[in-house]
Amino acid sequence: MSAPKALILRAPGINCERETHHAFERAGAVSEYVHIKKLLAQPELLDRFQILSVPGGFSYGDDISSGRVLAQEMKARLGDRVLQFVDRGGLAFGICNGFQVLVRLGLLPCVSDRLEETVTLTHNLSNHYECRWVTLKTRTSRCVFLPEGLTVRWPAAHGEGRLMTRDRAALQTLLDEGFAAVQYVDEAGAPTERYPDNPNGAPLGIAGLTNHNGRVLGVMPHPDRSYLPTHMPNWRRTLLDDGALPADGDGMVVFREMVRAARAEG
Amino acid sequence: MQAWRIDVLARADQLDPIGDAAQRTLRAAGLEAVAGVRSRRGYLLGAELERTQVEAVAEAVLCDPVVERFVVHEPGATAAAPEGAHSLTIVPKPGVTDPVAHSVQKALADLGLPVVAAGTYRTYDVEGEVATEQLLAVARKGLANDTVQQILVDSLPDGLPGASPPPDLTVHEVPLQGLDEATLVALSRDGGLALDGHEMRAIQAHFDGLGRAPTRLELETLAQTWSEHCKHKTLTGTVQFEGRTIDNLLKSTIANVTKTLDRDFCVSVFVDNAGIVKFDDVDSVCIKVETHNRPSAIEPFGGAGTGVGGVIRDVLGTGLAARPIANTDVFCFAPPDLAAQDLPQGCLHPLTVMQGVVSGVRDYGNPMGIPTVNGSVHFDENFVGNPLVYVGNVGILPTARAHKKANPGDKIVALGGRTGRDGIHGATFSSLELHTESESLSGGAVQIGDPITERKAMDAVLACADEDLFSAITDCGAGGFSSAVGEMAEGLGAVVQLERAPLKYDGLAPWEIWISEAQERMVLAVPPEKLDRVLEVCEAECCEAVVLGTFTDDNRLVVKHEDAVHCDMDLGFLHDGLPDRVLEASYVAPTLSEPELPAETDHAGALRQVLADFGVCSKEWIIRQYDHEVQAASAGKPLCGVREDGPADAAVLAPKLDSARGVVLSNGLNPRYSRIDPASMAECALDEAMRNSVAAGGDPDYTVVLDNYCWGNTRDPQCLGELVRATEALCDLATHYRTPFVSGKDSLHNEFRATLEDGGEKTIRIPGCILVTAMSVIPDVRRTMTSDFKRPGSKLVLVGVTKDELGGSVYYKTKGHLGRNAPRVDKDAARDVLHGVHRAIQAGCVLAAHDLSEGGLMAAVAEMAIGGKVGASIDVATMKTDGALDATRRLFSESQSRLLLEVAPDRMGDLEANLHEVPFAAVGEVTEAPLLRYCDGAHELAALSVADAEACWKRPLDLDGALVTEAGR
Repeated sequence: MSAPKALILRAPGINCERETHHAFERAGAVSEYVHIKKLLAQPELLDRFQILSVPGGFSYGDDISSGRVLAQEMKARLGDRVLQFVDRGGLAFGICNGFQVLVRLGLLPCVSDRLEETVTLTHNLSNHYECRWVTLKTRTSRCVFLPEGLTVRWPAAHGEGRLMTRDRAALQTLLDEGFAAVQYVDEAGAPTERYPDNPNGAPLGIAGLTNHNGRVLGVMPHPDRSYLPTHMPNWRRTLLDDGALPADGDGMVVFREMVRAARAEG
Repeated sequence: MQAWRIDVLARADQLDPIGDAAQRTLRAAGLEAVAGVRSRRGYLLGAELERTQVEAVAEAVLCDPVVERFVVHEPGATAAAPEGAHSLTIVPKPGVTDPVAHSVQKALADLGLPVVAAGTYRTYDVEGEVATEQLLAVARKGLANDTVQQILVDSLPDGLPGASPPPDLTVHEVPLQGLDEATLVALSRDGGLALDGHEMRAIQAHFDGLGRAPTRLELETLAQTWSEHCKHKTLTGTVQFEGRTIDNLLKSTIANVTKTLDRDFCVSVFVDNAGIVKFDDVDSVCIKVETHNRPSAIEPFGGAGTGVGGVIRDVLGTGLAARPIANTDVFCFAPPDLAAQDLPQGCLHPLTVMQGVVSGVRDYGNPMGIPTVNGSVHFDENFVGNPLVYVGNVGILPTARAHKKANPGDKIVALGGRTGRDGIHGATFSSLELHTESESLSGGAVQIGDPITERKAMDAVLACADEDLFSAITDCGAGGFSSAVGEMAEGLGAVVQLERAPLKYDGLAPWEIWISEAQERMVLAVPPEKLDRVLEVCEAECCEAVVLGTFTDDNRLVVKHEDAVHCDMDLGFLHDGLPDRVLEASYVAPTLSEPELPAETDHAGALRQVLADFGVCSKEWIIRQYDHEVQAASAGKPLCGVREDGPADAAVLAPKLDSARGVVLSNGLNPRYSRIDPASMAECALDEAMRNSVAAGGDPDYTVVLDNYCWGNTRDPQCLGELVRATEALCDLATHYRTPFVSGKDSLHNEFRATLEDGGEKTIRIPGCILVTAMSVIPDVRRTMTSDFKRPGSKLVLVGVTKDELGGSVYYKTKGHLGRNAPRVDKDAARDVLHGVHRAIQAGCVLAAHDLSEGGLMAAVAEMAIGGKVGASIDVATMKTDGALDATRRLFSESQSRLLLEVAPDRMGDLEANLHEVPFAAVGEVTEAPLLRYCDGAHELAALSVADAEACWKRPLDLDGALVTEAGR
């Protein structure tokens, strides 16, 4: 099939659209910006795409709470179209604020076949925004495109990233049933709740989720800021040790695998 | 107006970080009795709604179903004070922007509910036996900004603001005829016009000539346009100095350097919002640095935030619109550990100022999606009344879009934020001295930003620019519409209809609309045939845009409200009528001496003190609150090293995602040298900015610089003399480096009139500061450097000569002295060092590079080791010095033009070859063992672990320290 098409959602306050656009193109997709206003006016636009990507930023200023207003707008005016998009074979990806939007929309973790808000991403324990590189490990999860057992370094940059459920048991279920796709890990590679390896204090170190059919992924840290070799904080050491830079930064893998999966579908 | 009240709070079993943070703040302020704090978000909704509708919106939007619950209170219901607790409720003052309220209304619309008036508030329920007055006193600055918010104790807001009183639309005349100078000055002072007698007389004469009195709006327009902030009358005035007459100081010094050098990469300088410099064959980069000192002194959060918003708009409004790609910020504060009794009345505590400024920059820069990549923080007691907040922005634009020109017939399109009463008289206020009462008197000059509105304006402007839809653009900054339209209309003319300006609320008089400094507004000159498309694009980008008027060709500025003419002025007089200012300047060097210190017996202890100096210590707590990664251009980050916690000298960006071409951004400033010799301060600022740039891989032959002055009262000849002396030293060196100035700004009269215990007054003047910002364009970011040690066994090479220059040093500061021997820059040697080190780095014989500045060699070595998590062994006996120097001077001297390089042993030959004649010495090596060892030949001067040094360096400004250990458990 020809190159998969990725819809890069724009909305007031979304501000990572350029790098997300570029990362998907670099992975072999054809990226196209679509403003939420346009998508609400013509929801059928979705059908032209294989990938829906909600980039990071501060949609509508994160007023009320992060991602809330955009999620509400999509819920009220797109209804189940996004759900149908995913069920019909589309893939969806939310990074940082995009993840917050998909969670508030109820598309993540979405344990059943209906939109339901069962988890939240709330204030970091530090109670302020923080930008720092973290080490992540991908778990054995339902996600159909994210390779398991990968250890990667991506930058986290958020103030509301602590993934919470009603109770701790529900968190454990996310792990046990393969909805938790990515975890913050410490130097030993073990999942951690410890600051700063875990920048927001998320219990069980959960940093990313997938949905029941594994076609939706949401992550707090930014693969869209770590897909080029020179994005990595210590690329000069790598250059020194290996005599050359790798082709990609650590974030590229998720874009490549997602595009590969989308292509396989078609 | 009564309203529904919805309280949203964390479920009992959930953590409440906002409440916890509030508790930390209250306890840190001495309210030990505070046992616990829980936070609530509050919303007000118009009473017209049904309860079911209120509950629907609360459930769907206002409350997080997972971790929160909500309580709905009937309109008019009075709140019972919670048991054994005080409640503090913080509400925006009437007229203050409340963006969240607008989002609530949007959500109502999305839910298909009636869109009623909405408001928000925040409540803290404070447990513990605390006196209300104490609580209120701390909350005023600790939990709220009482300049823009009001605090209710044990009561909740009972409703929403009602309709505003109707505006005064009459055309007010201000008779000046026959008034003597004293009366004119009084009139200017009482009106907050900040015009002096000379200027008021010129206005009087002009209108006498016309045989009529000026209208209030005309007078306000003149005050805005002629303000120091907009016109820089001092730096463009005539100065008598040491028997010389300097005509237009700025032109004959700073601008002259650029003119003389005539570098071909300068595309547009001193004519636009920002300086434009060639980046590659297609694009250019532009850069601007501003100050936002006065507002930040009064209200640090709003002041700093709107400073960032303002300089972003400057860049957005450069050429035919540039896309902002990076923020920089440099702050000067009084020491954050200042004792309460040493705090002058009317000043905020420096710690409060610092925290407010940092969160202000964070909460504007981050939502804009512009990375904050470089900066520094400096401390001096005399910044207590006048903290300095420098904010900079870099943008990128096609070189083909570098020039603008409005034409007669073009429509005046205003877009972005709405106009309110915020920021009335900001431009004139910023030209006045601050004093004990400023805070209460000048509240109006403080503005609150709404970054998302600016983001929408930015998206709309850039979309219009890509379709080539406008012929000129500028931002609404100081002076609001009056300056923006006034500037664009120069040489043309304009007719403005003020009633078309969208307002935040009713009740604004025409003159208020005209000079309001409400944020997030841009002005475009749009050819009539492109108007419809412009409005279409703005609509699609959710950005409000209106046609405010038309540019004409009669060189008159006509401002109307409906049919009433509030201004009909000759633009020639507005722009050129300002009488030339003649100022006296003289310079007498202060009588200072070097301290008689006993020989240093504990160099390790001295290093610990130096590393723990607020100016030297780690700024990680600040840096990490800024998004320095957004836009994915970062190739050299503000923190570097194995654990990304070492200090970086400069930021490296590759702004075009498919190209390795880059820019290197750095800055230099050292206010302390100014206390000894402003010339030293100025030279060192430039040399440090250049060293920082070169250390990170910048090209000293493709670098432009910016000069940003913050000075005291230049009506005082000595103060002005210091400025002239500093300027001439700066320009002399810049000419030598062949680094043109492409933009600059000045903030004068940074003095605070403090009221003393005995009722007397004392003027606190800041040390004269010139911040030098450097921007270098480089072909490949993969040939840049960081400061962290990379390889045990590498040689450490000190480039440059060390002199007896401890004057103004951190070492002397830690001993309580200033000294006399401030560093000076040896022009020829300095340039050779910069070029030599650049050649060496490009030749690939350098593993790490770091400039020597505050704390000298001893601190530099420690910083590089902290980044690399390895040790170093240094022998000061081998270093190149100017005459005999004792070990202490060798370790701590702050002589300029020195860098420390890490070099692989087998590349020492290449290094020497590339350094040419530049003096250098191998002074030690990197060691596996994380130990810092400093020797003088066989004699060990100091030995301490890197962990020890790191702890000293990190602790002072780690304001989350307590939290980190808490959360770390």
